[in-house]
Amino acid sequence: MNWKCFLAMLARDAHVARRNFFPLLLQTFLQPLMFVFIFGRVMVRSGYMPEAYKSLLLPGIMAISMVFTGVWAVAMPLIAEFQFTREIEDRLLAPMEISWVAIEKVFAGTLQALIAGLVVIPAAWLILRPGVVFSLRTPVSFACVTVLVALFAACGGLALGCSVDQTHIGLMFSMVLTPMIFFGCTYYPWSALNNFPVLQKVVLINPLVYASEGLRGTLVPQFPHLSLVAVLIGLTLFDVLLLATGLRQFRRKAVS
Amino acid sequence: MVGLRTRDLRKVYTSSPPFAAGGGFGVAAARGKRTRQPKPEIVALEGLTLEISPGEVFGLLGPNGAGKTTTVGILTTRVRPTAGQAWLGEHDVWKEQVAAKRLIGVVAQRPNLDFSLTAREILLFHGGYFGLDSGQRAKRADNLLERFKLRDRAHQLVRGFSGGMMQRLSIARAMMHDPQVLFLDEPSAGLDPQTRLLLWEIIREYNQSGKTILLTTHNMEEADALCHRLVIIDHGRSIALGTPGELKSSVPGGFLLRLRFSQQCPGLLEQLRCLAGVREVRLNDHSGADLYADRGGSLIGEIAALASAANLDLQDVNISEPSLENLFLHHTGRSLRE
Repeated sequence: MNWKCFLAMLARDAHVARRNFFPLLLQTFLQPLMFVFIFGRVMVRSGYMPEAYKSLLLPGIMAISMVFTGVWAVAMPLIAEFQFTREIEDRLLAPMEISWVAIEKVFAGTLQALIAGLVVIPAAWLILRPGVVFSLRTPVSFACVTVLVALFAACGGLALGCSVDQTHIGLMFSMVLTPMIFFGCTYYPWSALNNFPVLQKVVLINPLVYASEGLRGTLVPQFPHLSLVAVLIGLTLFDVLLLATGLRQFRRKAVS
Repeated sequence: MVGLRTRDLRKVYTSSPPFAAGGGFGVAAARGKRTRQPKPEIVALEGLTLEISPGEVFGLLGPNGAGKTTTVGILTTRVRPTAGQAWLGEHDVWKEQVAAKRLIGVVAQRPNLDFSLTAREILLFHGGYFGLDSGQRAKRADNLLERFKLRDRAHQLVRGFSGGMMQRLSIARAMMHDPQVLFLDEPSAGLDPQTRLLLWEIIREYNQSGKTILLTTHNMEEADALCHRLVIIDHGRSIALGTPGELKSSVPGGFLLRLRFSQQCPGLLEQLRCLAGVREVRLNDHSGADLYADRGGSLIGEIAALASAANLDLQDVNISEPSLENLFLHHTGRSLRE
């Protein structure tokens, strides 16, 4: 394994992310924070939502921000760079196994998703306070879940980025990401689906459910949530599955 | 110094060929609406065997769709051969990809620069991928920017560069890590004559430092000016191999006269064949003839006389001197530019 090459590619991605810092910032946080403001502040203060909803919302918003950032950070550059201009060619020709080019993208995407997740907590807290009750009583579990969620976002980005054509980016958002967010237990806990038993089972194929429920369980454990074991197994399985699929698709796209 | 070898290379695409390859294959069929027809198979290479010596400038010459880009793709790890093998020095290109990639610099037919970076950053990061330390990187990048006359644009994003500037930067990038073998796929396409001469000078200079260069072109002048040896390929097969001089002298006579008459007259062809200096006469379309001879203009009078004796008008004459174009035409019956 050529670590020098891997680190140089990581430095390149960091450089590009720095250059696009402000657009990236707006793109990542504007929507979730507006959501926090309307649902957590406006709706709560006007009495349409209970005060506790503020705390319930926090892990969901964190999961959405992480997934959105990770997918965006990996999928969009890949879709663009594999197109007609073949911008990725210089990295495929670098002296490193080509799968590692994909792994570097996943690594960079994971880091960005982690940063997004960790920035959302204080930002949302600032908008929502007072009245947000969250605790970090199990920091190790929280760290594990957060890393697995970030990895899931980046691996999902790899799988999508190597499967979706540039002309279908809009479709990727409306057909994949939007349903995933709405059926991902982000704005409500999984137990809220008790009255919809079929839907409650079906949403378990949505990896975002494990992400939201995992963050809910480790950040605001006072609300009902899936067990940590189920979350860890679910996230690990989806991480492995998406990474394997993504790598396969990447190799297929990279070599004719 | 590193040489290259291929043995019985065969490539069949079952999906659209990559980047520039396959211009002449009629790929459109593969992109049709969803039908239940099996995927079309496109044969790009049909058993190509080559041996390129270390330190040689070797040319692949052929029309669009001949298999040039696919050959470069296989030798640079970017295309998986359907059958056969390719070696860079002692390394099997497909099995030892990382070792192979360390030895090569590649200029693709279309500029594939990293659009998120400036010209100088492209060179610096490329050096980084190949493990150069920061001092070396900066020095080489600045030298190359100077050499390729890109210094004043060094800190601009390449998105706004003209085609020629992108092409120059692509070549500079390929040379950044000082590779033993340089692949140039149609390097002077889109360059103005002045830049083309600069490029030729740089290629010769690079070769003089002991590096092997493989270039593809369908420009005869370029092949003639740069290549020590070249292979002419068509439909994925080698049809002629040698130095430009050897290849040109292998065309019967050397001169090619393309004649067009008012109507077909097979009897006339026999008479043309008997003219002094004429080596070969071929029927071309219905009313034309290709005449290979060891002289050019001095034959016109005799040809016109024969034609009028046969009650035919000589409508058009095109004389070309010994060239690779004639060679290609002689072997395939088609012009390189068709």
